[in-house]
Amino acid sequence: MNRNIKDTVVEGITGVSVLLIIFIIVSILAVTIVGGWSKLNWTFLSEFPKDGMTRGGIFPAIVGTAAMTLIMAIAAVPFGVITAIYLAEYASEKSIMAKTIRFAVKTLAVVPSIIFGLFGLGFFISFIGKNMDILLSGGELKWGQPNILWASLTMALLTLPVVIVSVEEAIKTIPREMREASLALGATKWQTIKNVVLPGSISGILTGTILAVSRGAGEVAPILFTGAAYFLSDLPKSLSDQFMSLGYHIYIMSTQSSDVDATLPIQFATTLVLLLLTFSLNAVAVTLRYRIRRRAK
Amino acid sequence: MLKYTIGFNKRKSEAQEKLVVFNQKKFRFSDWFAEKAIKGVAFLSIAVVILIFIFVFREAFPIFRMDKASTATNTEVLVQESYGGAETETGSSPVEDKQVDNSTVTATPTDRPSTTLLSNTWMPVSDNPRYGIWPLFLGTMKVTLIALLFAAPLSILAAIYTAMFAKPRIREIIKPVIELLAGFPSVVIGFFALMVMATVFQEMFGYASRLNGFVGGIAMGLAAIPIIYTLTEDALTAVPKTYTEASLGLGASRRQTAFSVVLPAAVPGIFAAIVLGIGRIFGETMIALMATGNAAMSSINPFDSVRTLSATIGAEMAEVVFGDTHYSVLFFIGSLLFIFTFALNALAEFYFKNMVIRRYQAKK
Repeated sequence: MNRNIKDTVVEGITGVSVLLIIFIIVSILAVTIVGGWSKLNWTFLSEFPKDGMTRGGIFPAIVGTAAMTLIMAIAAVPFGVITAIYLAEYASEKSIMAKTIRFAVKTLAVVPSIIFGLFGLGFFISFIGKNMDILLSGGELKWGQPNILWASLTMALLTLPVVIVSVEEAIKTIPREMREASLALGATKWQTIKNVVLPGSISGILTGTILAVSRGAGEVAPILFTGAAYFLSDLPKSLSDQFMSLGYHIYIMSTQSSDVDATLPIQFATTLVLLLLTFSLNAVAVTLRYRIRRRAK
Repeated sequence: MLKYTIGFNKRKSEAQEKLVVFNQKKFRFSDWFAEKAIKGVAFLSIAVVILIFIFVFREAFPIFRMDKASTATNTEVLVQESYGGAETETGSSPVEDKQVDNSTVTATPTDRPSTTLLSNTWMPVSDNPRYGIWPLFLGTMKVTLIALLFAAPLSILAAIYTAMFAKPRIREIIKPVIELLAGFPSVVIGFFALMVMATVFQEMFGYASRLNGFVGGIAMGLAAIPIIYTLTEDALTAVPKTYTEASLGLGASRRQTAFSVVLPAAVPGIFAAIVLGIGRIFGETMIALMATGNAAMSSINPFDSVRTLSATIGAEMAEVVFGDTHYSVLFFIGSLLFIFTFALNALAEFYFKNMVIRRYQAKK
């Protein structure tokens, strides 16, 4: 009897922990939706901020986030796919090179995002950018300052592990027999990869890209000082322009706005937009990944 | 598979030398090139880690060289820098008091930047700038501890429920829902902490400053929950089924099996989960910026305002002068964060993982 009661109580405690976590998740969602829903409409999405950010919409922040994640994906996806191909197809599990690459990728995944920001500042802006200025325009300041290109490349390094892991997982589900059939027909290893492995892992590449975009859209710390701007009256027109981003907008509005109460609905609505964006991207990625895993079985 | 093809070609070349050599060269070049190119690109990820090391340290290094020049540049620093943003808004009175104190006591700045690193005041903008990272370090530790005390038990218990007690169909729902939390951008969690948690906790506990280490710690714990939960769940399900079956077969209850058999067997994996969770909390920037209050005080009261290492970088980097001492000190803090998370990752990767492997291999 005593043991049964103890069992029920302990199992109950573990169940309550699950419920508590789910409660927190639901309340974050609920608070954001309730606070932002009334403000969320087409004008909010398609207008520039007005009257010192107290009215108007978030159009430039949406465009800025989209442009930044696009450049980021262009940089991170090929790099990530090739690394995943190397790890899955060429490297043997025990080679030192493969082990080191895996460790490097894991390190990239756990390094705090602010460190990527510092790296972007120290490497892209003050090393590459400054030297580009000296070489291209004789020292006139163009690339040696924060801009959308450096922010996107910094973000690309941060999201690289996401791409690598998804693509490698997808490559591993391609049956060995298909590779062997291709090799037996006289195709070389590279031809096999190009014609059998890559087409078979398209969904994995897509999953990785979507997850990376979702992660990149939400991160703020790496772009704090590599390119994000508080307010711009124009959309970014070239790679050397600064940009506005949803996450940075939320951060600035909620901590440094002069009139927090007046901008409160805007803050909630911006958070809701960011949350909807990352959520829908994640939902698509999870569905794709589920399909890949089913194929693996 | 590669070895297999090579061996095959070799045998062939012994039989029909010329033809095969010709063929090999013709189709092997693109193959050889592809392999080298792919290997080269893959190597870049190692290069990136090394570059991060080099460039974060490179910008931090001048602190130790600037010692001599510091006296000359001090007045300049004061004019050029503005200490705006979050600090002016949220900075509470104790810090301002200290600021006044110090400038009157030490009228002529003689302190060298590298020696002030270990001092007790973080006051980068003043007549006599002091870069004492001790209060920042203490603040980070305090917040990390609070976050861990909140997140670790909660996620481990939830993982035990998911892996041990839940019916398969319920598990299929719980897992993805909790992992949703990993998809919340940290700025969203920070916003939630700032807008909702800060108010609710203040009403509940009635402390003085609305944003403080406690609110920040709980919010950062939320960011660590999905990591600790997922890795713990993995560690628990990785324990061989035979353990569970043997224990249940001997008449132990599910609770006894979970806590006395499976949990102890999964301990190294759970440690690895906690270690990676610490890494996440330690480096978390946006939540710290938004929810901790950002005043650098050396106090151990959890309800005091706190400034963490990463939040300091995030708040001040945008306002420093390029190449200035303050700039280098921020990079120095970055190097510390980097070394720390790198070490934690290495610990989780090599030490705990080996423990897991040894444990199961020895008993199989």
